Amino acid sequence: MVTIENLTPSRGLANRLLETHFMRSAVVHPTLGTRAGAIVERPPVLRVAPGRTAPVHAPTAIEVEHLDFAYGAKQALFDINLALPARQVTAFIGPSGCGKTTLLRCFNRMNDLVDVARLTRGQIRIHGADINAAEVDPILLRKRVGMVFQKSNPFPKSIYENVAYGLRIQGQRRRAVLDAAVEQALRSAALWDEVKDRLGDSGLALSGGQQQRLCIARALAVEPQVLLMDEPCAALDPIATAKIEELIGELKRRYTIVIVTHSMQQAQRCSDQTCFFYMGHLVESGATRQIFTQPTDPQTAAYINGHFG
Amino acid sequence: MTMKAQLMGGGEKSFGRGSAAVERVSENRRAAATNPFSTTADGAASRARRWLERSSVGLLRAATYVVLCCGLAVFGDIALKGSRTVFRAEWPFVNVEFLTQAPESLHVFEYAGESREMGDREFRAFAASERARAVAAEEEGRKGRAAPPAEPLRSQSYVYAAGGIWPCIVGTVLLVTGAMGIALVLGVGAAIFLSEYAREGRALRLIRLSILNLAGVPSIVFGLFGFALFVNFFGWNVSLLAGWCTLAVMVLPVVITAAEEALKAVPRGLREGSLALGATPWQTIRRAVLPCALPGIFTSSILGIARVAGETAPIMFTAAYVVRDKLPWEVERISDFVFQGVMALPYHIYVVATKIPQNEYSSRVQYGTAFVFLGVVGLLALSSLLLRNRFKTSW
Repeated sequence: MVTIENLTPSRGLANRLLETHFMRSAVVHPTLGTRAGAIVERPPVLRVAPGRTAPVHAPTAIEVEHLDFAYGAKQALFDINLALPARQVTAFIGPSGCGKTTLLRCFNRMNDLVDVARLTRGQIRIHGADINAAEVDPILLRKRVGMVFQKSNPFPKSIYENVAYGLRIQGQRRRAVLDAAVEQALRSAALWDEVKDRLGDSGLALSGGQQQRLCIARALAVEPQVLLMDEPCAALDPIATAKIEELIGELKRRYTIVIVTHSMQQAQRCSDQTCFFYMGHLVESGATRQIFTQPTDPQTAAYINGHFG
Repeated sequence: MTMKAQLMGGGEKSFGRGSAAVERVSENRRAAATNPFSTTADGAASRARRWLERSSVGLLRAATYVVLCCGLAVFGDIALKGSRTVFRAEWPFVNVEFLTQAPESLHVFEYAGESREMGDREFRAFAASERARAVAAEEEGRKGRAAPPAEPLRSQSYVYAAGGIWPCIVGTVLLVTGAMGIALVLGVGAAIFLSEYAREGRALRLIRLSILNLAGVPSIVFGLFGFALFVNFFGWNVSLLAGWCTLAVMVLPVVITAAEEALKAVPRGLREGSLALGATPWQTIRRAVLPCALPGIFTSSILGIARVAGETAPIMFTAAYVVRDKLPWEVERISDFVFQGVMALPYHIYVVATKIPQNEYSSRVQYGTAFVFLGVVGLLALSSLLLRNRFKTSW
């Protein structure tokens, strides 16, 4: 049964913080409540009612089947089965070392860089294609599957060059194309207005939150289909976090987003689906509201209620 | 006096005169007696601890001062005696001849009752004019007029004691820049391969170990190696090219180790960020890692510059001439440039200090050369620093 849900998780705290701290012109919407005026209004999101699994309207972007993954002799992931819907935000939660980041890094094959890391069984398909097939070029895969890291890592270059980096390595030299792409990406990352007058400054001169949005802009500039976020707000203060979360809400209209987070509030605020991992196992997955209100597994219940982790 | 007592002394002063202050001091004293953290609490043990602390700091301080004094003594001696050769009391204050001329012999002779010093060329010209005068005087004499008797010039000559060291400066700068260029290209390349591409394992450990061992090989061994391989086997003779290669091989371990350290210091996130954008490993290294590591590589290479500029042994068989009339750019064909030997400062010091009779004239040149040598090495290091800063600010 499909219902219209009008309260999206990223509202609330985020906007309240923005209003109080930045005194933005706020408008009161009859149904959506108070929100920052600068944020583009977003259509209500179709959601299944609590208690159901994957939404009917969302095609699957990432499928994981019977995935086993090991670092050398130490197995990190055990028989993961998962289907992530396209153009939605999926949050991976769980205590440290539970394998959520490992799984995330499987999606763009960043684990290839770790010598001992091996996918020992199973398959990952993104938009139907097996990404670990022999003929797959991880370089092409990573252009389609962008990633934002826990610690913001802008290159020691100008803001402009940071965003243009992905296009430059693809051989794009035409200034006009680069200019347009940089502006587009910075606008998408809600950073354009803050940096448009100083694109030549070092990316490292920005604040922590701006740096993280610069990294998001950098990832968006190469037009990915999937955006992986590995604890993007772990090093940020609440205001910067609120901005990033708001941005995530915007971005999911165009991108499939997977976010690893240690903050259960964040998962609740900005994700549609939540997967709970524990000791390398996927314990429970489903609609965020369901996971947080009616978890079926006792471990999930214990974790979200703060009994461990 | 204990620390507490010192504090109280300070307190007394600041509180000034008056009974209130006195009362306060005695109160403090009482408090000190009951304070479990005061130095009186465990008396002897506390004193011994502080004595040990103070004496060990004193020892470390003394060691530092000894090193400092040695350095100052050496540099002070060279600077003091060298500046007498390099600088002049009158305009233009710098001994231009010393910095711009080639070395030549010094002639010391008696003329008209006084002792005069002249460089070889000047002396020859002077002697020729004297001879001409003598011949003219003889002509005059034949004509019957009175003439001063022509006395023959008798001079004592000292090799290399006159002229300057310009060819040595040029040769050293050429040797250093060429050798560092080769060493940086090879060394950074090897370091990139070792730290970015090579798989950790026994083979890599073995390679690292042998590179480190290479750094410990005496420089004369490199000299002989260069002589055998570049000079004889490749048939380059004594040449800039042979010297470059020998010095580069000698300094490679330093450069490789430094470059590897600099590459390792580049945050992992930078590499991952680049790779996650679909960059190939080479693109990542070229566009993200290297720009970040270059300042560090340059900084560490300054050590290499000092070593390349300073070593005498590797170049004495491979690149250095005792004396050469022509400057390096005075070659007939441009292709001959790298196949010519050059004079070099450290080798010149070696020659004037050991290969010629020692006297006050040669010691002037020794100190002057050593002083200029320090200056040249300093300038090379400085230019490398400036280059590094340029890389740093332009990201």
